[in-house]
Amino acid sequence: MRKRDAGVSARWGGRVPPPWEGAVGSGGRLGGGRLAPVLLIALTTLLLTACERERRDLNTPPAADSHRPPVRVGTLQPGARQASDSAKGPFDENAYGISEGQRLFDWYNCTGCHAHGGGGIGPALMDDQWIYGSDSANLYDTIAKGRPNGMPSFAGKIQPKEIWELEAFVRSLAGLTPKTANPARADHLSTTPKPTSVSSGEPPKSQPAEHPG
Amino acid sequence: MSLLATGFAQSVLDPAGPQAAHIDRLWWLLFWMATVVFVLVLAALVAALAVRRPSEATVSLNPGEAGERRRFRTVAVATGVTVVLLFGLLVASVATGREIASLGAPRALTLEVVGHQWWWEVHYLDPDSSGSFVTANEIHVPVGRPVLVRTLARDVIHSLWIPNLHGKRDLIPGHSSVIWIEADRPGLYRGQCAEFCGYQHAHMALDVYADPPDRFAAWVAAQRQSAPAPSGALLERGAAVFQTSACPLCHTIQGTGANGQNAPDLTHVASRRTLAAGALPNTREALAGWIEDPGRAKPGVHMPPTSLDPGDREALLAYLGTLK
Repeated sequence: MRKRDAGVSARWGGRVPPPWEGAVGSGGRLGGGRLAPVLLIALTTLLLTACERERRDLNTPPAADSHRPPVRVGTLQPGARQASDSAKGPFDENAYGISEGQRLFDWYNCTGCHAHGGGGIGPALMDDQWIYGSDSANLYDTIAKGRPNGMPSFAGKIQPKEIWELEAFVRSLAGLTPKTANPARADHLSTTPKPTSVSSGEPPKSQPAEHPG
Repeated sequence: MSLLATGFAQSVLDPAGPQAAHIDRLWWLLFWMATVVFVLVLAALVAALAVRRPSEATVSLNPGEAGERRRFRTVAVATGVTVVLLFGLLVASVATGREIASLGAPRALTLEVVGHQWWWEVHYLDPDSSGSFVTANEIHVPVGRPVLVRTLARDVIHSLWIPNLHGKRDLIPGHSSVIWIEADRPGLYRGQCAEFCGYQHAHMALDVYADPPDRFAAWVAAQRQSAPAPSGALLERGAAVFQTSACPLCHTIQGTGANGQNAPDLTHVASRRTLAAGALPNTREALAGWIEDPGRAKPGVHMPPTSLDPGDREALLAYLGTLK
């Protein structure tokens, strides 16, 4: 993957006319040589981010359940506090994964109880205060193992990859995925104005730790 | 793939129905007219090159009254001929469009074709709803009877194109449209999605069988049946594997609890000629490989891979083989 990314950047870098050359060549009228490294860094960052965002693994074999315990639902612990698994899901920053999750959300009838994020028989998903935690691993567990009082268990029915895609999409409903990864267009309800207008890496409006119930 | 391509044609120039015949006539009119115009233009060009250029001394910038009039007349006549020809083509095109759209019949068969990424869902609609049924990637029509095809799309824009029977018709999500088709002679005609719709656009084919009326009636009667109940330990195990795996989340088998609406109806899957919208022949080996890893035959396909242990796989394949 690294190798392919490098190749893509090189190709793109070759196609884009180097913008700093004009500035330097015109005798520093546009800010001179100081502009060059800034533009170079900006361009590189943009290209690298864009590559990761659009990565599509079409031929992934069925992967083993790859998330690592402990996943904690509450914050009360005996003895010294240990962190829960707060690593991001594999598709949290991937636009294709999030849009696939959006499709699966309809296909597997999540809409039947959660509507399009607004809730109904099941809780709303547009806010970020979730009963069983809002970390990626918490959500994975909720979908895979089910939860008492209504949430069905999908493990063994759908692929781990699909659960991760659903997880990324559900987090995007609450604005928990970076705006650079959210698809430009979403048909679903959301408390946030638009998926693309949520600022990158914005922390949840309320920490789940303060609302364990 | 070559074995899928043998034995039948997908051709605009081999019309098998009145609509395709109208389109075929217009096609040949355009072809011959364009050929004649092309030859005449080239002849004029060659003539202009061949005419001996007058020597420098006799070239005059003022051709005189007579020469000016002659040139004006030539250009005017050429322009007039062009306008008349183009207007004639316009009339022919509009007339063809009219003919194609007007094949109404009170006894028409009604179909609904829904485009999906990347397969075709086909509903046979009957005034008596118990006579309606659903199939996928395959259309059977009776010879000599007009068929009303209502088109829809579920996800993105597709285009229904069965060149031997009709022109292209775009399938647009949220917008239903209607075409008439009729087959004059029995045969197997290939349809294809003609609007780029994603990774597997090329593997989105459709078989159209034009059957004699009695054979069509027999096919319809078979399609209306629910799936047979599994008999014997192997088939029962296969049915159980189907019902407890991910399959029923997307697929339907009439007469069982499986009622998913996202993927092809499998009630009569064993009766079809191909799998995966023409991507694979409908054989046991191809089906086994398809279930194991659909992405190998159609990268990007929405069906997820399913790994089964060998016993379960054999049972499932045996069960699916009975769904005729």
